[in-house]
Amino acid sequence: MSKGLNRKGCGWRRRVYSFCVAVGLPVLFAGAVYATGQWVPLAEDDLHDPDNPAIKLLQEPREALSELPFDYPGNQVNWVRALEEGFINPRTNIYPGSEIRVLDLDILMTRVGDQGYVIFPHKQHTEWLDCSNCHEEIFASKAGTTPVTMMAILEGRYCGRCHGAVSFPLSECARCHSKHPHSTGYGLATQAWPPTGAPKMAE
Amino acid sequence: MLTNPEKKHLIASSVLFGILSVWLVLSSPVAAEYADVVLNKRAEKEGMRPVIFSHWFHRIRFRCKVCHSELAFKMRAGANEVTMADIIEGRFCGMCHNGEVAWSVENCDLCHSGKPGLESQIKGSHETGGPGIW
Ligand code: HEC
Ligand code: HEC
Ligand code: HEC
Ligand code: HEC
Ligand code: HEC
Ligand code: HEC
Repeated sequence: MSKGLNRKGCGWRRRVYSFCVAVGLPVLFAGAVYATGQWVPLAEDDLHDPDNPAIKLLQEPREALSELPFDYPGNQVNWVRALEEGFINPRTNIYPGSEIRVLDLDILMTRVGDQGYVIFPHKQHTEWLDCSNCHEEIFASKAGTTPVTMMAILEGRYCGRCHGAVSFPLSECARCHSKHPHSTGYGLATQAWPPTGAPKMAE
Repeated sequence: MLTNPEKKHLIASSVLFGILSVWLVLSSPVAAEYADVVLNKRAEKEGMRPVIFSHWFHRIRFRCKVCHSELAFKMRAGANEVTMADIIEGRFCGMCHNGEVAWSVENCDLCHSGKPGLESQIKGSHETGGPGIW
């Protein structure tokens, strides 16, 4: 606190100032809390017909999504954490004979201009997806051979097929560009690049 | 000791703070849930409301690979030629909405729940405003 503000007879300015702080900060705080987790009710989402009598039978997004780990963009859910931490356990197959393939292999992508390197984690993807969702139609099974560019991604190709449509949107640069070119660790993990050991197939 | 311009600055920024927070509260998005899909190639022409499929609801229960690999839904809004006859015969949505995995087709209004006039599309896609090729 500065002496100037405590001086007696500072007059209206001081009052205006304290008023602004007293009102502004709590409102800001309340605003931030309120803005954390807003799911539009179905009847107001400009998509569902509010005159449909069955609309009341549908689940409201807030009811289900507010229970899951929070994230700002997209569905306001961190789906990777929701799955890893067991908040949800979506089925992997409908038919008993289907093969469930999970691969633990990170791919480092370095054609990034002045951005951080991209780490593509197979693990988190193959928990959700099958190999055939990406190989060979979207990506070749050989690191460095697919001509991925940011422009193509923004057009909805490569990573943009899912990111920006269903998976977390493209505004989250750092979640993909997660490795600083000059650091030894990557992301929040302390592991050094390249990871040691041969790629392993889980399950 | 704060000089006058500094105080003005403080006052101005706290007023801005206030305005910003009010704006934050009022600017609640009026938009469909991210990744909701509208299917309306035929429905409305045949007198039914457009169909709304929500990814958030289904991905809580099924991984992507169930629909996009096992059940072979193409990953592109509008790319699957879904008809009601197919569904009743157990293809597309009908692979689950058959009274076994999920409730069956007689609940028309649960699927046909969209506002009239919607086009087939995915909502909230490519939020960064890229050109979009679909
Ligand atoms: C992999 C199986 C599966 C497929 C394929 C599937 N659904 Fe579902 N769907 C479910 C299950 C399970 C539920 C939840 C049923 C329950 O709550 O009893 C559900 C619920 C719903 C609901 C109700 C959501 C709510 O708020 O209660 C709608 C609407 C819906 N599905 C539409 C569709 C449409 C449209 C398609 C095809 C484009 C489709 N579903 C394909 C499994 C599926
Ligand atoms: C979400 C998309 C996606 C899925 C799902 C996926 N991959 Fe990949 N895969 C990639 C990308 C991206 C690359 C890197 C391609 C490049 O750099 O050109 C890659 C590369 C590879 C490589 C080459 C590695 C190397 O060092 O050269 C192999 C092998 C591979 N994937 C196997 C698999 C298998 C097996 C599965 C299923 C268990 C799978 N992938 C699922 C996206 C995917
Ligand atoms: C879904 C993951 C993903 C997101 C999100 C993402 N990028 Fe990228 N970006 C990539 C990949 C993959 C490459 C290509 C790397 C390669 O081929 O080695 C790339 C390449 C780039 C390049 C290199 C030049 C070019 O055109 O290819 C720049 C610059 C870039 N991204 C900036 C950004 C910025 C800025 C954002 C946030 C607005 C962003 N990226 C968000 C995955 C992503
Ligand atoms: C076939 C769909 C698909 C494609 C293609 C795809 N992703 Fe993903 N990605 C997902 C899904 C699903 C998740 C789970 C999180 C979510 O849905 O928000 C995910 C999550 C991620 C995560 C978060 C991992 C974590 O631990 O939080 C990263 C990073 C990522 N993707 C990068 C990429 C990059 C880079 C590419 C392109 C080289 C790519 N993805 C292509 C579907 C895809
Ligand atoms: C219950 C079934 C179901 C599940 C589970 C599911 N999807 Fe979909 N998906 C659909 C349907 C239906 C469409 C719309 C197809 C159409 O319009 O022809 C679609 C469309 C898409 C599209 C196309 C969007 C575009 O831009 O055109 C992408 C990408 C996609 N899904 C990714 C995913 C990812 C990633 C997951 C897992 C997190 C997932 N889906 C889980 C049924 C499903
Ligand atoms: C599980 C979700 C679901 C249910 C339940 C459902 N429909 Fe559909 N229906 C669809 C989808 C998806 C389409 C294809 C939408 C499109 O692209 O126009 C469709 C299309 C239609 C069409 C357009 C013409 C055609 O044959 O494709 C009619 C008419 C129709 N439905 C009537 C009905 C009636 C009547 C019921 C109740 C007895 C019903 N639907 C229940 C999902 C559903």
